[in-house]
Amino acid sequence: MIPFILFFLLAFVAVGAAVALIVAREPIHSALSLILVMISLAVLYLLLGAEFISAVQIIVYAGAIMVLFVFVIMLLNAGVEERTDFSKLAKWVGPILAFFMIVELGVWLSRSAIGRVVATGSPESYTPASTVGLSRMIFQQYLLPFEATSILILIAIIGALVLAKKGE
Amino acid sequence: MNFSVIPISYYLVLSAVLFGLGLLAFVFKRNIITIFMAIELMLNAVNLAFVAFARAHNQLDGLVFVFFVIVVAACEAAVGLAIVISVYVNRQTLNIERINLLKF
Repeated sequence: MIPFILFFLLAFVAVGAAVALIVAREPIHSALSLILVMISLAVLYLLLGAEFISAVQIIVYAGAIMVLFVFVIMLLNAGVEERTDFSKLAKWVGPILAFFMIVELGVWLSRSAIGRVVATGSPESYTPASTVGLSRMIFQQYLLPFEATSILILIAIIGALVLAKKGE
Repeated sequence: MNFSVIPISYYLVLSAVLFGLGLLAFVFKRNIITIFMAIELMLNAVNLAFVAFARAHNQLDGLVFVFFVIVVAACEAAVGLAIVISVYVNRQTLNIERINLLKF
């Protein structure tokens, strides 16, 4: 019973914060509610037995990336969002599109065979050893993609520097 | 305590709802930074689906993919926010509808 209560509590917080992201007029409020979504997702990852991903979610996502967002919001002094109405199409088609996507995905996912799986797989093969197994996979099977991400990060650093420097 | 009594479909539906809300924010919001945050929300929703599927199949490949998604999201945020700053320096606005130089 307790796992279900915990799940629904976290799901409620995540969905509520995502709605708050849409409703908020100021970008800083949106950023803070997005941090709340990320923290509740990190706890959900713990429920799913992915401790390493949960820690990375807190450190990289809720920590580094969102601090970058908040920093840029402060730097650009982004105040209350201006309401302009140049695009009527987005206003009418957008909600319909999002609604159908949520309904379709929800119905399909809850009816699919994989959805009925209650993951009770042998715990010793997954949960306690998940961080060890994950590091083995990253540094053995997925070593080349892992090295490629370091090049990607280098390119991103150079790109950010080039874009953000003062134009001559 | 045993937490593996929750069906995977619960996580998948939550992931779908979060993705839909992210899409809604992407379409509705007018501030370029908030639109960026909507993209991050959608990436998070997809990550939740990856972790849930990894748990369902009892394999770790999904978690490796989530790791790479987080790395790419960090790069994307760094470059994207640099673009936002340079757009603001040039156009003095964050409103996506006033940044229409490429529009016919």
